[in-house]
Amino acid sequence: MHGPQTEPLLHGVMAEFRTPEELLEAIGAAKAAGFTKLDAYTPYPIEKVLDALDLHHSKLPLLVLGASIVGAVGVFGFAYWASAIDYPLNIGGRPLNSWPAFIPATFEGAIFHGGLAAALGMLLLNGLPRPHHPVFNVPRFVDHASKDGYFLVVESDDPRFDAPSVKRFLESLAPVEVNEVEN
Amino acid sequence: MSSTTNDVRVTDPIAQPPVLAPGHTPGSVTERISEMVHTKLTKTPKWWLLGLAVGFGLLNLFLLAVTNLFMTGIGIWGNNVPVGWGWDIVCFVWWIGIGHAGTLISAILLLLRQSWRNSINRFAEAMTVFAVACAGMYPILHLGRPWLPYWLLPLPGTLNMWPNFRSPLIWDVFAVSTYATISIVFWFVGMLPDLATLRDHAKSKVARFAYGMAALGWRNSARHWANYEVASLLLAGLSTPLVLSVHSIVSFDFSVGIVPGWHTTVFPPYFVAGAVFAGFAMVLTLVLPLRPLFKLHDFITERHLQNMAKVMLTTGLIVAYGYVLEIWAAFYSGNEFEIFMVLNRFTGPYAVQYWLLILCNILVPQLLWFRQVRSNVWALWVIAMFINVGMWLERFVIIVVSLSRDYIPSNWAMYHGTKWDMAVFAGTIGLFLTLLLLFIRFLPALNMFEMRVLTPEATKAHGEEK
Repeated sequence: MHGPQTEPLLHGVMAEFRTPEELLEAIGAAKAAGFTKLDAYTPYPIEKVLDALDLHHSKLPLLVLGASIVGAVGVFGFAYWASAIDYPLNIGGRPLNSWPAFIPATFEGAIFHGGLAAALGMLLLNGLPRPHHPVFNVPRFVDHASKDGYFLVVESDDPRFDAPSVKRFLESLAPVEVNEVEN
Repeated sequence: MSSTTNDVRVTDPIAQPPVLAPGHTPGSVTERISEMVHTKLTKTPKWWLLGLAVGFGLLNLFLLAVTNLFMTGIGIWGNNVPVGWGWDIVCFVWWIGIGHAGTLISAILLLLRQSWRNSINRFAEAMTVFAVACAGMYPILHLGRPWLPYWLLPLPGTLNMWPNFRSPLIWDVFAVSTYATISIVFWFVGMLPDLATLRDHAKSKVARFAYGMAALGWRNSARHWANYEVASLLLAGLSTPLVLSVHSIVSFDFSVGIVPGWHTTVFPPYFVAGAVFAGFAMVLTLVLPLRPLFKLHDFITERHLQNMAKVMLTTGLIVAYGYVLEIWAAFYSGNEFEIFMVLNRFTGPYAVQYWLLILCNILVPQLLWFRQVRSNVWALWVIAMFINVGMWLERFVIIVVSLSRDYIPSNWAMYHGTKWDMAVFAGTIGLFLTLLLLFIRFLPALNMFEMRVLTPEATKAHGEEK
C-alpha cells in the first residue's frame, strides 16, 4: 500500500476531457480497470461525478449538528448562570430562571456556532487553506479547470499506479491531453 | 429571431423567458463575468468612477456627521423625551430589512431549488452584508457613549455584571451580530470557487496573488465540491430560520414594550414580510441600472425581473394585511389608547406620512398585477423606489407616531429629524454605495460557477434530474 520511503515524484496522471459525459465515461472505465485513488476536477459541482466517485459521505452535517448543540447549550447555560446565579437581578418580580426570555439568544447561539462550523468544517475537511497543490503544475489545468475543462486524475498512491501504463490507459479514453502531475 | 420568441408566446401564453439567454457555454459565462473584474484599472468605466465619487462623497459627509455627533452628543439629533427613538432607529430597521432579501434569495430560494436565483444571489448577498454594516452603525451611534458598545456583550470585566438576558435589546445584539457574521460567512463561502476562477485567469501578478490568497487554494476537486455542496445546503438551512428570527427579534424591540401601536403579536410576521418587500425593492433598484451598464441582459433576463416583481407584489399584500390587522386589532381590543393611536395615525400631526406610506406600500405596488408593468424596466424601477420610501415611512410611522403621543397628553411632544439626522442617513447610503461599487469592480458580482450550471452543457450532464 505505501509508496517508497521518499515522497513520490508524481502526484498522479491527469487527463482532460471536453464534456461532463466524457469525464463520467472515463471515471467508469478507470473504476472498471481497478483504480481506486481517483479525483475529478470540474468547473461546477456535478452530482453524477460525485456519485461515480462515491463522495456522498461528508462528515460535515454531524459536525454542524454538534456545534449547534454546543452553541445552544452554551448560550442557554450562560444566560441561566449569569441571570440566576452569578448576578441575580429581580426584574418586575419575574423568576430568576425566566427561561423563555433566554430562548432568542440561545437560538442565535445555535445558528452562530452551526454556521461557523459549516464554513470552517468545509475548509478543514477539504484541507484548505492550501496555497499550492501539484495539480497547478499542469498549465492547461490552470487555464481550464475553473472554466470549461473536466479533469480526471489517477493519483500515485493508487495500489495499481504505474505512470507509463496509467498514461497509456488514459490516452485510450480519447482525452484532450494527458499529463504527468509532478509533485 | 424575434419572430420565433413571439411564436412561443402565441402558442404558450404562460411560457416564461429563459433564466439564461441561449448560446452560452461554461467558458463564455466565465469570460463574460470575470471580464467585469479583469478590466484594467485604467479602463474602469466612467459611470463607476462617478458613482464612487458620489458614494465616497456621502461617506465623508458621514464622517463629518459622526465626528460632530461624538464631540457634541446625540442632542444634535431630533431625539427628545418622549421620542427617544427617531431617525436612528427608523434607519436601523430600514437597513436591516433591506438585507433580508439577500438572505432570502441566497438561502430560501436555494432550498426551494429556484435556479433563477443563480445570477442575482451573489449580488443580493453582498447587498445584505453592506446593508447590515449600515444598520449596525445606528445602535452604536445612538448609545450616547459610543466608546462603550462592548457593555452590550457578555464580557467578563471589572464591572462584575452581565447583560440582562430578559431584554429584547440584548436579543437584538445576539441576533444582529449573528446575522452579520453568518451573512459574511455565507457570502465568502459562496465566492470561494469564483475567487479561484479569478486567480486562475488573473492578468497581473498582484491580482493573482490577491485572489489566490482569498481563494484559499480552492481547486475544483470533486472531493471539494462534495463537502462544499453539503456546506452550502447547511448554511442555507441555518440562514433561513436565522433571517426569520432576526426581524422577529427586531420587532420584539417594539412589541415587548407597552407603547400603543407596538404591543401586538402581529409584529414578527408583519416585520419579516416588510423586510422581504423592502429588500426585493432594493435589489431591483440596484440591478435595473447595473443590467444595461454591464450589459448583463443575458444573465439577468426578463424572467428575473418578473419573478422579483411577483415576490414584491406578494409580500406587499402581506404587509397590507398587516396594516389592516393593526387597525382591526385596535378597535377589537376596545382599548382607548390603541384606538386613539389608530385615529392619530389617520388624522394626527403625522397623517401626511401615514397616507404617503399607504400610497407607497399598498396602492402603487398594485400596478405589479399587470404583465406590461412587470416587464417595463422603468415602471419597475419607479415602483421599487416608491417601496423604498414607503418602507422607511412605515418604520417612521410605527416609531415616531406611537412615541410622540402615548398615554398622558402632558407627556406628548412633536419630533422632527434634524439636518444631522439626514446627514447620518445620507452618510450610510454613501457607505453602502461605496462598498457596493468596490464589490462589483473587484469581486465576482455574479455567481460564475452556478451560472455554469445553467448552461445547456451542464444541464445535459445533470440528466434525468431536471
